[in-house]
Amino acid sequence: MKVLVPVKRVVDYNVKVRVKSDQTGVDLANVKMSMNPFCEIAVEEAVRLKEKGVATEVVAVSIGPVQAQETIRTALAMGADRGILIQTDEDLEPLAVAKLLAAVIGEEAPGIVVMGKQAIDGDNNAVGQMLAALLDWPQATFASKIEISGDKAEVTREVDGGLQTLSVDLPAVVTADLRLNEPRYASLPNIMKAKKKPIDVKAPGDYGVDTAPRLKVLKVVEPPKRQGGAKVESAAELVSKLKNEAGVL
Amino acid sequence: MAVLVVADHDNASLKDNTHKTVTAALAISGDVDVLVAGQGVAAVAAEAAKIAGVRKVLVAESADLGKQVAEAVTETVVALSGGYDAVLIPATSAGKNYAPRIAAKLDVAAISEIIEVVDASTFVRPIYAGNALETVQSSDAKKIITVRATAFKAAGEGGSASVETVSAAGAMAHTRFVSDEIVKSDRPELSAAKIVVSGGRALGSAEEFQRVIEPLADKLGAAVGASRAAVDAGYAPNDYQVGQTGKVVAPQLYVAIGISGAIQHLAGMKDSKVIVAINKDADAPIFQVADFGLVADYKTALPELMDELAKVGL
Repeated sequence: MKVLVPVKRVVDYNVKVRVKSDQTGVDLANVKMSMNPFCEIAVEEAVRLKEKGVATEVVAVSIGPVQAQETIRTALAMGADRGILIQTDEDLEPLAVAKLLAAVIGEEAPGIVVMGKQAIDGDNNAVGQMLAALLDWPQATFASKIEISGDKAEVTREVDGGLQTLSVDLPAVVTADLRLNEPRYASLPNIMKAKKKPIDVKAPGDYGVDTAPRLKVLKVVEPPKRQGGAKVESAAELVSKLKNEAGVL
Repeated sequence: MAVLVVADHDNASLKDNTHKTVTAALAISGDVDVLVAGQGVAAVAAEAAKIAGVRKVLVAESADLGKQVAEAVTETVVALSGGYDAVLIPATSAGKNYAPRIAAKLDVAAISEIIEVVDASTFVRPIYAGNALETVQSSDAKKIITVRATAFKAAGEGGSASVETVSAAGAMAHTRFVSDEIVKSDRPELSAAKIVVSGGRALGSAEEFQRVIEPLADKLGAAVGASRAAVDAGYAPNDYQVGQTGKVVAPQLYVAIGISGAIQHLAGMKDSKVIVAINKDADAPIFQVADFGLVADYKTALPELMDELAKVGL
């Protein structure tokens, strides 16, 4: 079975982003970029499926600028077999990304798509669900455990209040939550090996799908600053202030 | 122009997130209907009919809807969507699961976790874990939106909407519900609680977390939360997690104990009305957002706090 893993290049999760003064977006100049953390978890899960003998090939797909090749190389160093880059400088919306991925899947015919539940830049949490809809495949989002047997996957999902387990027929789209696994660090020999693995470079136009934006970003601003920083000296003072000043007890 | 709100419920009772989403919907249109999709939801529908401003309550029932299976909710909502210009869905784990599926089926954008309605096609939503807010204008004829309920006031009671049954999607062919492990608790629900007491990595173990955080939460009638670090370390279950990748809360009072205040945690609680932080590290970022910071080891501060609360009758 082939596993397809979409991966996204985003601002590193440790970077505190700044909003541009002209309110057109977030300043990404000279900022460290990395693979989206949820995508790393998805790659790890796909590679583990291969190591367990469930999967035969892991294909990493990224849609983004030429530098997104580095993100694919990271996936290859973790154990993916080959990559596909759909190169574009446009910041595509989740629907457009899902349409391109659906077109890739039409060509690749994977048995399962494992991907991050959300990218930490746009925080949309949408592409996986949209992709499943476009393909008319079942979906199992926010996965904390995936067990594949035959043509079915049993997926434990993190939901409000606890966990839910679904059984889905394959092919299906599964999106990874934080506790699915802990991604490995790529070893130096594997990083070297990854340089020799193939990456196919494509353009959005190759797939003939509509990627026009549906949303216009009017402005991006910083959230209002919270006035904090006041200290109290003791538990007694804290309780007195909560009761008398803040009135929350 | 009419708006459909998909109710948040557990088949037994309606959740306050629904009232808050109705408020967002009323900012778009005066014609707001509520869909209660579930199983055995007559009582939920009756509650929804009492929300002020609701025109009509639609009830769809099936086993798959009772488990909020995304494919089933999607089919049901898509079948109803012809009569609406927008569908508003509370951004719960269930809502976030099916909203984008509905959007893609209708070939429109999914507008995620809005915190403000500017006008009928313009919305504000957080990006980058709440470190930036973007205002987006939709050009789609139909809008599929998830609503961060904590950003809206709950619509009041006093309505008397009619309740009608609509057809539910049939059984799903490729997805089967296997099991639920829902934690039963007498404490208020985290995302709706007026007071939240959260613990962080400083607690050091699951036993210590229970010994320290839970008695304080029970004294205050609070829900229990945790930082991602505490959850990852196994001190607290995953559904306790407050933050960008967990639950977003905005209670009247948020008490952070032994939490340093990573960006991803702050994103989940910084809209709380009053924030209290207890941490022995005076430089912890949590103090920058705290209204009342107490620099102290929780091991000494918590017993004192329990005593002081007892003195004021708690």
